[in-house]
Amino acid sequence: MRDQSILRVAAKSMTPFILVFGLYVIFHGDISPGGGFQGGVIVASAFILYGLVYGGAEMRRVIPRWLSDTLLAFGVLLYAGTGTFTLLAGYRFLDYTALLPGNPGTGEVIGMTLVEYGVGFTVSMVMITIYNEISEGTVPDTGSQPPGEAGGNG
Amino acid sequence: MPSFDVINLVLLLMVTLVAVAVVIVRNLVAVGMLMSIYSFLMALIWTNMDSMDVAFTEAAVGAGISTILFIGALVHVGTEETPHPRLHWPALLVTGLTAGALIYGTVGMPAFEDPASPANSNRVSIGYIRQDVEKTPDAPGHGTGPAVHDATQPVAAPGQPAGPVAQEHAGADYFHGHVPNFVTAVIVSYRAFDTMFETAVIFIAGLAMILFLRRRTA
Repeated sequence: MRDQSILRVAAKSMTPFILVFGLYVIFHGDISPGGGFQGGVIVASAFILYGLVYGGAEMRRVIPRWLSDTLLAFGVLLYAGTGTFTLLAGYRFLDYTALLPGNPGTGEVIGMTLVEYGVGFTVSMVMITIYNEISEGTVPDTGSQPPGEAGGNG
Repeated sequence: MPSFDVINLVLLLMVTLVAVAVVIVRNLVAVGMLMSIYSFLMALIWTNMDSMDVAFTEAAVGAGISTILFIGALVHVGTEETPHPRLHWPALLVTGLTAGALIYGTVGMPAFEDPASPANSNRVSIGYIRQDVEKTPDAPGHGTGPAVHDATQPVAAPGQPAGPVAQEHAGADYFHGHVPNFVTAVIVSYRAFDTMFETAVIFIAGLAMILFLRRRTA
């Protein structure tokens, strides 16, 4: 895909909009359709589109493996951590009132947002990881490498 | 016949055709595309049924990511399906029995949009149908008055047993502070524990990919 400049320009200009839309879906999960899962998938699709057009190596430069590995674990930790926090604060597990006892309505929104962040982190990074591991060595990394080095580093 | 049914019927017919095509077609890239079309058609059906969250998920996951991962997997297994000339009768029997049981199961389901169905007469659903949500009396900024306000309005379904449940919860701000999106409220508030472990399942899927497929940089 080295010479397909229309594809490259289109993919690069689409990526920020897809990312913003994915984040919007995560943030507004409490008032509109969507949530952490759908938004996470959309965020992941932005990275995967970038990886499809520019090659897996370039995508792993943008979002390295250590980062995706850390964030996919961090998502679950954030979710369970919110629950543990409410438990330690003297409420039931994942009773979001604990986050803002004076105003349970806002507390619930805060708790839901935290939890949706957790789901979004985990889902998007797992999707990126699955794409990474499936595609590596099979989809030629024609993006930024010379052809001799394409196809994974063993 | 209302247009709702006509649209659904046409879409379901197309879904059936696509499903049959998935079985017949031997080229796996084409199968991947057909499965993507299948998911998009299902998303349209969910949209037609006002189930936006499901439609959203179907379009994003079923049509989007699944197709990419399917095509990615094809790179490993090749693009032509191995032909199976012989009809496998036990498999046909099992599939037929399962399909029959599923179709038989739909007979017992309540009609679509039936206000007396268990899903619609649940106390949580009633609150959401009556838009009792986010009417938090003591929350500043929401000044819409107490939740009792809506207790005078008739529920959308006259025949349903909403009386005692609705009156029990109308003044008690049962929906205190719950977010407007019903689906999100159920998923991350009423069923937050379920969702936590669903997230953990996805996490384990990612972990399995890392452990089994990642190449060691030796």
